[in-house]
Amino acid sequence: MAHAETLDVHDHAAAEHHATPNLAHHFDNLEQQREAGSLGMWLFLVTEIMFFGALFTGYIIYRTKFAEAFAIGSHGLNWKFGAFNTVVLIVSSLTMALAVFFAQTGVRQMQVIMLVVTMVLGLTFLGVKAVEYHEKYTHHHIPGFGFDWADDEIPRSVPQEKRAALEYNIQMFYWIYFAMTGLHALHMIIGIGGLALIAYFAHRGRYTPEYHAPVELFGLYWHFVDIVWIFLFPLLYLLGANLKM
Amino acid sequence: MSEHIVSKKMYYAIFGALMVLTAITVFAANIDLGSEKLNTIVALAIAVTKAMLVILFFMHVRYSSRLTWVVVAGGFLWLFIMVALTMSDYLSRGMLTYPR
Repeated sequence: MAHAETLDVHDHAAAEHHATPNLAHHFDNLEQQREAGSLGMWLFLVTEIMFFGALFTGYIIYRTKFAEAFAIGSHGLNWKFGAFNTVVLIVSSLTMALAVFFAQTGVRQMQVIMLVVTMVLGLTFLGVKAVEYHEKYTHHHIPGFGFDWADDEIPRSVPQEKRAALEYNIQMFYWIYFAMTGLHALHMIIGIGGLALIAYFAHRGRYTPEYHAPVELFGLYWHFVDIVWIFLFPLLYLLGANLKM
Repeated sequence: MSEHIVSKKMYYAIFGALMVLTAITVFAANIDLGSEKLNTIVALAIAVTKAMLVILFFMHVRYSSRLTWVVVAGGFLWLFIMVALTMSDYLSRGMLTYPR
């Protein structure tokens, strides 16, 4: 009896293989194929968590060591830029999620529109970031390259003899700021490249309700990059927002 | 079992919640809650809530298999271990005193 059941399972698998060309031969069915794909993407994202996690750990170490310098350094960032970019990324996550929705339901035109809107929002984010970086350049706030922190950007309550050390430690905040936002921006650039490819293939009609793994898995990547920013925004921009000068 | 499709309505609801939480975190950061620690706790609590919403709904983990749950949770567990062990070292360095 057991033998007969095994045969039966194989017959089902064989039948599904004949029914759809989208099923790779090493999977039993589409469900298993989808599961394997998203599991693989999540394993990659776990390595990304550790990648950014190391930088977050560095942030925590130096912030506990140089609490005052970090608050002053953070005050030097314009939180309005950060808030604007947070909104841009959250909207882009929504449009990405909708692109996946329209791929699942097979509405090709809306799917392409959503992917292109996501891409435009990603470019908007990078544009704002470029304006911010340029502002830091003109204010000599790029660490290692003639970093200079103006005296009136340190609260008046700080005594004279502590100011030199403080300025030195503020530079540490900016090392971490540029490392973390820089790595995040690199992920955005890669993401925009990926979006361009996926939008092109979506336009060509490659994705159907049965097969749209690239859209779904790329969506996971895009949302992950959004999550990193959700943490970067309060930790970098909002930390010194209420500091009295 | 076929793929679970999250409805558009659900996506809009999550989006609305994320926007409201962003407004709250900006508002909370611009007032002095008494101590920097309290401001940090509020900011992190909101950030974690937002991340959970994105992971569970935008990233479909809420509707994924147990295996995916374990992998996602495992990722954050390892992150926690890295931070906890590192900080237990840094924070305890001044605690040990001995005659010189």
